[in-house]
Amino acid sequence: MIGGMGRQDIDGCRIGGAVALALLVLAAATPAQSGVEYRAAVLRVDTPAQPPISRLDRKPDDLGFAGATLGTADNATTGRFLDQTFATETVVATPQTAESEMTRLLDQGITYIVTLADAATTVKLADLAGNRALVFNALATDDRLRGADCRANLLHVAPSDAMLADALAQYLVWKRWGTWVLVSGSHPEDQALAAAYRHAAEKFGAQIAGEKTYEDTGGARRTDTGHVLVQRQMPVFTQDLPDHDVMIAADRTGVFADWLPWHTWASRPVAGSAGLVPQSWSPAHEAWGATQFQTRFEKLANRPARSEDYQVWMALRVIGEAAARTKGGDWPAMHDFILSPAFDLAAFKGQKLTFRDWDGQLRQPVLLTDGQVVVSVSPQAEFLHQVSQLDTLGIDRPETECKR
Amino acid sequence: MRRIAATAAVLALLGTGPALADKVFVTNEKGNSISVLDASSLQVIHTIEGLQRPRGITASPDGRHIYVCASDDNLVRVFDAATYEELPSLPSGADPELFVLHPSGSPLFIANEDDNLVTVVDVNSRQVLAEVPVGVEPEGMGVSPDGKFVVTTSETTNMAHLIDTTTYQIVGNVLVDSRPRFAEYTPDGKFLFVSAEIGGTVSVIDTATNEVVKKIGFEVQGLLPEAIQPVGLRITADGTKAYVALGPANRVAVIDVARLAVTDYLLVGQRVWQLAFSPDGKTLYTTNGNSNDVSVIDTQSDQVTVSVPVGEQPWGVVAVASAGGVE
Repeated sequence: MIGGMGRQDIDGCRIGGAVALALLVLAAATPAQSGVEYRAAVLRVDTPAQPPISRLDRKPDDLGFAGATLGTADNATTGRFLDQTFATETVVATPQTAESEMTRLLDQGITYIVTLADAATTVKLADLAGNRALVFNALATDDRLRGADCRANLLHVAPSDAMLADALAQYLVWKRWGTWVLVSGSHPEDQALAAAYRHAAEKFGAQIAGEKTYEDTGGARRTDTGHVLVQRQMPVFTQDLPDHDVMIAADRTGVFADWLPWHTWASRPVAGSAGLVPQSWSPAHEAWGATQFQTRFEKLANRPARSEDYQVWMALRVIGEAAARTKGGDWPAMHDFILSPAFDLAAFKGQKLTFRDWDGQLRQPVLLTDGQVVVSVSPQAEFLHQVSQLDTLGIDRPETECKR
Repeated sequence: MRRIAATAAVLALLGTGPALADKVFVTNEKGNSISVLDASSLQVIHTIEGLQRPRGITASPDGRHIYVCASDDNLVRVFDAATYEELPSLPSGADPELFVLHPSGSPLFIANEDDNLVTVVDVNSRQVLAEVPVGVEPEGMGVSPDGKFVVTTSETTNMAHLIDTTTYQIVGNVLVDSRPRFAEYTPDGKFLFVSAEIGGTVSVIDTATNEVVKKIGFEVQGLLPEAIQPVGLRITADGTKAYVALGPANRVAVIDVARLAVTDYLLVGQRVWQLAFSPDGKTLYTTNGNSNDVSVIDTQSDQVTVSVPVGEQPWGVVAVASAGGVE
């Protein structure tokens, strides 16, 4: 499940298949000059964890890294025409080795580092980078990273818990399913997500009629008998909740939410961490040219793309896009451009994605998916905003706790 | 009205005699069909069925043949404009979306989004003449009036690539705004207009220097900037005006080409996508993907005169004259 330790280089010559062929032909057509090289690294910090409830959710070894391969290839194709080259190193670390790997990357002079790590590790890595590198958080959704724990050299391409919760809340309110019950996990990150749902309910006028905590008492995540006990326990666990339209699950650790749909006492839909799930990407997404991303990704990775892959791809495309527009310049210059109104990223979401200058968060539409299709995409058209409709999702400028 | 339409249909079926009026062919992306409108009655006089996700559509210079990018067939399907009879298909590469025909009537230059290629196909021999590697996700295709250059816009590379039509080599790359969708030369060949859907602008490129000389932005009262997404673009034959479809803004912008300034916004249907002039240039047709109709614009007065229901999710449009000739 967790990939072996190791590194691999991705560059224009080793990306395989049709893309490499196309690039070679392009190289022949474009005179080679000594141009600017943009060096990036993707640092994935794998924490020991239980296997997921569903075997369909097992993490591929190249999680996130396959998105890096595609992002680097896309940047390289553009770079050929602009005399820019892109190299991306991918590194797997453990929580114990994360900081030494980060130091090693910084000592190599790599100034763009994409992290796939939990919130605490992400802050540590950003502090370690200090004024030596720009860090892109491509995994941690914790709002505190965009709030009290924000950093000047840290940008977030992963949506925040607040954005995800608001995206779902807008849709449920649009459906007039405004009475919820909230079932949350017992871990701190589950509780943080639950807080985002409470905030979303208040923001969009939904009522949380009742709450319950699902205690993680340990034990194996899967057993030979699977559903047998679950189908007796879950109805009882949810029996005493008051009447509701929708049950919201806040289970970032993945302990119980996947077992809620079809096992609840009441015949009500489940949303949040299972059922209708808000996320940045889905392999089912096809609108706005997304099919092209899916096809390119699947051709090189031989598997469907996950949110982590899309988020790493976005981080590298932000670098590529800023490189194409600024044509040279160090990371602070790139950072300033990325946060300026002149920057935008096209990422198959039907509108331009830009960064919030108050907390470094990438504004983005959020997909609502049941695993099979994209049911809807938020923000919903009816929720208006004076600056950008995307700012109806997440923490807006007046309420931010970030002093960047 | 009904009688005229019926007569036209009968004549068309027989394949004899000139058709009575211009015809407008509209691809319905979701409907998997092509609606054929009689341009005088604005009635649907025929529907061609059985295409998989038809999108880009164009006509031969003599107006006799209709070429259609059937994206999910991975083919360019060809139809007789008078009889609607299907003719042998052309190879297109994977997932063709837009293309442009050389002014001489051949070859056809097709954008293959999935393979980062432009495929060049001789329409008579139906052979692939060349495959030109371009940027990521090539989409819009334009051709210079003298036929010497074709241009393709690559949506993720955000460039217009200029390709020499004799050597099939890329001779220029111009960076434009995000997700460029459509490219069209002014009739004198001096300027190239490129729309950028996500960037929200039209870049005007001086073809003598390959430099962007102006980026035209759009502003519609009451709409947030992200709702304004320029896609289809057409320039009048006299080179005075350009029309730009603004996607979910549900408007077509009118640009004064001499001043490179927006002069008007015309309210049309929802998610306006592609545009085509009538052969005499007096009418502009727009496909409105989310309201399943075509808006008809009088280009003298710049008034939207009528909307005509067509199939599901209309995408591309081309108009041909009754006695040959195309816009």
